[in-house]
Amino acid sequence: MIEESVQREEKGRGTPRPPPAGFRSSDEPGPVGAARAASGLFEAVERGEPFATTVHEEPKACEAVVEIDRFNLWYGSKAALFGIDMRIPRGVVTALIGPSGCGKSTLIRSVNRMNDLIASVRYEGDMRLLGDSIYSAGTDVIELRKRIGMVFQKPNPFPMSIYENVVYPLRVDGVRDRRILDEVCEKSLKGAGLWEEAKDRLKESGLSLSGGQQQRLCIARAIAGEPEVLLLDEPCSALDPIATGRIEDLIGELKGRYTILIVTHNMQQASRTSDFTAFMYLGRLVEYGPTDRIFLNPRLKETEDYVTGRFG
Amino acid sequence: MLQTREAPPVPPAPPAPRVVRRRSSLFTRGEPHVWVTGGSLVLALAMIAGLLLLVAWYGFSTFWPVPIWRIETAGGAVLLGEETEEERYRPDVTLVAELPAKQRERIAAAEGGATRRLLRTGNYELTGTHYTWVSDYETEKTALPEWAVVVERFAWGRFYGTPVAFTVDGKRIATEPVEVWDRFLEFHGEALRRRRERIELEAHAKAAVDREISEADSAAAAALRSHGSDSPEHRRAAETAAQTRQRLAGEAARLGAEIEGLRRENDRYRLVLSTADGREKELPLDEIVRAYPANRLSTSGKLAVYASRWWEFLSGDPREANSEGGVFPAIFGTVALTLIMCVLVVPFGVLAALYLREYAKQGFLVSVVRVAVNNLAGVPSIVFGVFGLGFFCYFIGGTIDSLFFPDLPQGAQVYGKGGILWASLTLALLTLPVVIVATEEAIAAVPNSMREGSYACGASKWQTVRSIVLPRAMPGIMTGMILAVARGAGEVAPLMLVGAAKVAEKLPVDGTFPFVHPERGFMHLGFHIYDLGFQSPNSEAAKPMVFTTTLLLIAIVVALNMIAVRVRSRLRRAQEGS
Repeated sequence: MIEESVQREEKGRGTPRPPPAGFRSSDEPGPVGAARAASGLFEAVERGEPFATTVHEEPKACEAVVEIDRFNLWYGSKAALFGIDMRIPRGVVTALIGPSGCGKSTLIRSVNRMNDLIASVRYEGDMRLLGDSIYSAGTDVIELRKRIGMVFQKPNPFPMSIYENVVYPLRVDGVRDRRILDEVCEKSLKGAGLWEEAKDRLKESGLSLSGGQQQRLCIARAIAGEPEVLLLDEPCSALDPIATGRIEDLIGELKGRYTILIVTHNMQQASRTSDFTAFMYLGRLVEYGPTDRIFLNPRLKETEDYVTGRFG
Repeated sequence: MLQTREAPPVPPAPPAPRVVRRRSSLFTRGEPHVWVTGGSLVLALAMIAGLLLLVAWYGFSTFWPVPIWRIETAGGAVLLGEETEEERYRPDVTLVAELPAKQRERIAAAEGGATRRLLRTGNYELTGTHYTWVSDYETEKTALPEWAVVVERFAWGRFYGTPVAFTVDGKRIATEPVEVWDRFLEFHGEALRRRRERIELEAHAKAAVDREISEADSAAAAALRSHGSDSPEHRRAAETAAQTRQRLAGEAARLGAEIEGLRRENDRYRLVLSTADGREKELPLDEIVRAYPANRLSTSGKLAVYASRWWEFLSGDPREANSEGGVFPAIFGTVALTLIMCVLVVPFGVLAALYLREYAKQGFLVSVVRVAVNNLAGVPSIVFGVFGLGFFCYFIGGTIDSLFFPDLPQGAQVYGKGGILWASLTLALLTLPVVIVATEEAIAAVPNSMREGSYACGASKWQTVRSIVLPRAMPGIMTGMILAVARGAGEVAPLMLVGAAKVAEKLPVDGTFPFVHPERGFMHLGFHIYDLGFQSPNSEAAKPMVFTTTLLLIAIVVALNMIAVRVRSRLRRAQEGS
């Protein structure tokens, strides 16, 4: 049932083989400035040749909350992620961009192991959340998810009151103290910028809100559990421009308090909201660096083509 | 791109003539299909509406008081009764030939046909029949006598006659019909009250005393069996029994005297009626359920009789082999059976569906199980009845009996026979596939985004199922319950094997310890309909009751469904926040 509905991002594109053993991120800076030439990187990727990620200096220097360490993932026999190496810095917004099917959502869903729900998924490599392994055999997935908040493409408020929606993570932990619940509910709704609209209708169903409000409710729910990382999987793709604007403002406000990883199809959104941007293509991390550099002065021609709309 | 590189200039081809597509025919365009589809729907609705109207018409008209006709026939017989049916028929030629000339002429004038009426003439103990056919050619005189009275009795069916006298202690204190009727109305209510009081005493107080005595006796008998006649246990038990007898003897005598007093007091008042052929009949007042001079009734009087009959039907016990009186035990049995069935089948079915959808690894085995469950819904219900009888009644019930009731006399059973618990379990089994299928569909319809949202909050599988999946699927589960109720409440065949009774002396719930008796047989409206329609000794009288009972059964099923539908829509509104 779960398998049926999950969107398969990699439809027969990747090659069913693990990456070569000597796979490494390249440390040396790539060609800089307007002189960038097409490196034939995409063609090499499509042929399944070894390939090195271009990583800028800044993300390497930051303190990382999530470290992704040579992570590979397969849907059945179809490979979806190839040797992703990535450090997600604390307290800032990191955006994942790339054409449809490049594995952005698969990667973000791997951070809190949502892909475990799909029976055919296999993986290799590891991720670490503040040094704790995410994929080792001893990891308690439920405890892990309690440290990570997630917001999905489509708003998915639960069929219960607004109040119960927000305090759901606390209910899961068995919190019954009304005072704590009230406090967390107000704090989270204020954090998600929904308090003024919702404070008089906390007892109404979460489904009675508008689409944009529902998505902010989901953000409130995600931050109610005081997570260390907030994963936003195309949070605005189902919203109108005004609601999108509000969510973007909200992301700006949440920055600093939370480490945010956001997947987006919208270049402007990535450039407006994020501090770091990672460009992915066919399951590979292509280029990763500060957002302004990625958008204005990327090292790779392919990245420039993509962010300027010439490709993808 | 390849072509442009080396293609020589080609002269432009003349444009191809546009292909004129064929006109689509009327049949293809689909207007006739509107009529075919719409017609099918109308036909289906008309059949259902026709059935309901038929049931409603006969069901609602059963209790309406009709006039009493007095008919004198050419043969010299005088009949008094209610007309229940009229039909045209063609009398047998050999019979017609034997008739007097005058009657032959009448038949000839009607071109060999005749009309006959079915009169409900009652007075069974005098005439040996409840109904009489009267043909129009033999009718000499018809009249609607003003003081013709219908008497509904607790036994022997209806009595038709004209009031002659009202006697107290054998003395005629009134002889004019008006006065007699006034006296009747004056004393009848009191007589009924005393009758109820007497029955109450017999059924409860006296029964309690008798039971206590018999319990002490059977304790003594058990001690005798297990310890021998000279054992101290037996002597002690026998002594206790004797003491109990002594202690309760006074109480029993007092109750007996009280019951006898009530009976004697009631016996003093009698209504004397004269039948159509002039015989007089004394009817003790406490044998009369209801009596009314049918031809004198105003519309409001008729309404009062109509309402009182409905009330008796809904609240009373059956009498006269179920063809008269009420169906309250059957209503109670039907509703109790359905509710117990729901309580058993819904949790069971929901849990099974949850495992199939949420926990089981979807594969070949699960598909096989799913197909098997679906096929279970198609098994004839009598098969479930046979299974229920063999497994629940004989195996489980028999085991309970042998474990907990070792002192039962030979051939007696407590749980080892049909009862409401076993019938509910059988129906639960019968409706289980419906609940499982509906619940599975409801669970499958819960969007995965909800589950993912819950898991992302750190919820476990069970927390997700309990807080998100089940509430969200609840309206669909209610739909399954509604289907189960509709199926279960109307089921008769299996019940005949596992406990439905023609007459159940006692309800499964009453004032006797332990108040709930799941082992007791019960009455059921569906079985009642079958019994009235095919097993009644007085089938003419039972016929209208068939319709009334059917109407009631339909009403109860609809009412149970409406409640469930209301609850479901309230749930939906609560979830969606209207």
